[in-house]
Amino acid sequence: MSTTQYLFAGFGGQGILFSGKLLAYKGLTDGKNVSWLPSYGPEMRGGTASCSVIISDDAVGSPIVSKPDVLIAMNLPSLDKYEDTVVSGGMIFVDSSLIERKVKRDDVKVFYIPATKLASDNGIAKLANIILMGKVLAETNGFDNEESVNNALKKVISAKHSDMLEVNLNAMRIGRDY
Amino acid sequence: MVVFDKPHALADVPMHYCPGCTHGIVHRLVAEVIDELGIEGRTIGIAPVGCSVMAYDYFNCDMIEAAHGRAPAVATGVKRSDPNNIVFTYQGDGDLASIGMAETVHSAARNENITIIFINNAIYGMTGGQMAPTSLPGQVTQTSPYGRDVEACGFPIKVCEMLSQLDGAEYLERVAVNNVKNVKNAKKAIKKAFENQVNGKGFSLVEVVSSCPTNWGMTPSQALKWIDEKMIPYYPLGVYKDRSAEKED
Amino acid sequence: MADKVLMKGNEAIAEAAIIAGCRHYFGYPITPQTEVAAYMAKRMPKIGGTFLQAESEIAAINMVYGVAATGKRVMTSSSSPGISLKGEGISYLAGADLPALIVNVQRGGPGLGGIQPSQSDYFQATKGGAHGDFHMIVLAPDSVQEMAELTVKGFDLADKYRMTTMILADGTMGQMMEPVSLDFEVGEKVEKPWAVTGTKLEREHNIVNSLFLKPEELEKTNFERYEKYSYIEENEALCEEYMMDDAEICVTAFGIAARVAKNAINEARNQGIKVGLLRPITLWPFPKKQFAAAADKVKQFISVELSMGQMIEDVRLATECKVPVTLCNRAGGMIPSPEQVLEAIIKANNGGDK
Repeated sequence: MSTTQYLFAGFGGQGILFSGKLLAYKGLTDGKNVSWLPSYGPEMRGGTASCSVIISDDAVGSPIVSKPDVLIAMNLPSLDKYEDTVVSGGMIFVDSSLIERKVKRDDVKVFYIPATKLASDNGIAKLANIILMGKVLAETNGFDNEESVNNALKKVISAKHSDMLEVNLNAMRIGRDY
Repeated sequence: MVVFDKPHALADVPMHYCPGCTHGIVHRLVAEVIDELGIEGRTIGIAPVGCSVMAYDYFNCDMIEAAHGRAPAVATGVKRSDPNNIVFTYQGDGDLASIGMAETVHSAARNENITIIFINNAIYGMTGGQMAPTSLPGQVTQTSPYGRDVEACGFPIKVCEMLSQLDGAEYLERVAVNNVKNVKNAKKAIKKAFENQVNGKGFSLVEVVSSCPTNWGMTPSQALKWIDEKMIPYYPLGVYKDRSAEKED
Repeated sequence: MADKVLMKGNEAIAEAAIIAGCRHYFGYPITPQTEVAAYMAKRMPKIGGTFLQAESEIAAINMVYGVAATGKRVMTSSSSPGISLKGEGISYLAGADLPALIVNVQRGGPGLGGIQPSQSDYFQATKGGAHGDFHMIVLAPDSVQEMAELTVKGFDLADKYRMTTMILADGTMGQMMEPVSLDFEVGEKVEKPWAVTGTKLEREHNIVNSLFLKPEELEKTNFERYEKYSYIEENEALCEEYMMDDAEICVTAFGIAARVAKNAINEARNQGIKVGLLRPITLWPFPKKQFAAAADKVKQFISVELSMGQMIEDVRLATECKVPVTLCNRAGGMIPSPEQVLEAIIKANNGGDK
């Protein structure tokens, strides 16, 4: 009986909502209860976007994540805004190529991943969010088998873009192995 | 021997229209056309809000009463529900050219395959003679007691001319029913507007310049004369758009 | 059972409507319900249906009126300011006894308000929403699964009672994704001999109309309609009870507020507080019986709402003010937190407002 609350935050266009969706599908294919809630409105035009994902063995109550167990921050304003909301003992994943400062909290586990740099170094500039997801899954016991990750990817990548499946899986591996 | 008879599509009930009102003539023309085209069984009429609000009692086909100005939107729904239906609206000037202008313009722009019979008598009849969007400059009404002042109230709207600018509209014609010759022309136009729909050609509107002796404060014959002297010079009769004919040219 | 898929609430409504046999959708763009229209625009042309973006909300609801008059299932969707514009058509639908489905994915108001979730159209939805004596059936989903299920149920109820059903959701319900199973039953087809389908020269003409110039006649239609409403109130009220068996405090909330309240109730139970939830699923008819029964058992009600307190009036009426009813709310697009609700529960448990 456990519930994990995730908060993804960054600029619109960084694939915040997509990451959340991938995680939600991962939960669904693992047979969990899940919810996914985006921020909506003018954010979609380049402001700060965020996305609440809850994965639970029980029915999901409120879909709004205000005290995340896991925060994925892809820009500085997001880290500034949400750092203090993370529960004690929680995790913060930081795209350290875009956020220069360190996390101030000492009661949470912090992972610094230069996801944007790793993405451009590997010629997959748009997949920084997926690289981060690889690390998030690896650290939350979600990458125990590649098949389940691949199944989730199949759900979020439309058949039209099936050539992107392997590329995304590779990006996940880069994150996992970082 | 020709025996005068009521068209089948016209219900055998007394109408509530004032003496000298031309609604009755136009109702009859519409009913004759429905009979001649043999479409009564699949025709659905939409009545407006205004003097002809109770048109739903006067036609024998299925009828709907619409909210003020919304008849073209209701007609759009009915037509999209079953394109085999023949759908017509019957609307006055306040309904079509004031409160329902958006519905009128957009159904024309969509070339919605419906037929609109538009009664332009330059006044709100049912509410007792207020200024209409088509009231003439200087026309005295209950709400323009000193005559329509175009500085304050703007100019009348010429619906056929305006709609003729839309690529969507198929057929627009202005007619009158103040004498035998005009009535005959009006019948032809109304028939064409229904035939267009039967043939899938699209949005067809016939504007009928009509009289309202009661609210104009005239006798019926004075009113018919006023149509010739005042209305028709401002609202010239004729075809304003006929896309099929343009193509043939 | 078919596989569950992740869907946004707005998309679930659209797909459920199609499953329910709706082939006609008319709408006008407004946040936060645009996905309904976008979904319909994609799907309808492929299944021989009609999607039409109307020139206005007013035109859209009147197109709905036209299709409803022909007896076919039809819907529109909008958000708060757009629903106000549809008010005219909603009243005419009621006056002409036409079945239709209207979705309101609420946002904060009044006026242009905001675009964040709200429940401040409760009065508008449950008390008629436009001129004249009438009601709509109002369904309040609290999950994406219910967004779908209540859409189907909404069409069935609309046909059964010849009236408009409204799905009263909010921005959160519309935007969130949850797993949903689209494997549900659609009710039996209702005959509609009153519909305008063309006489085929085989019957008297049908007239769809809401005009009755003789007051005696208009009064009669109103009384008859309210007899129907009484029957619906007696038979169709729906309410979820959560941990109410031994509850001494009753939280009441619908939609997203109920989801938040459940978190707070679970935490309060962990602290040993006997608290439960009554969640109206039908806002009209309001589940009066369940509330009256609860009023004999609990010492306080807490109405959790995303408004300045609208449902609370119905709670007070249904409980005949036997015990205090307090409000725990946020407004203008804000959502109460579980902590805020928990605090209200603890306060009630400590004696509350007396």
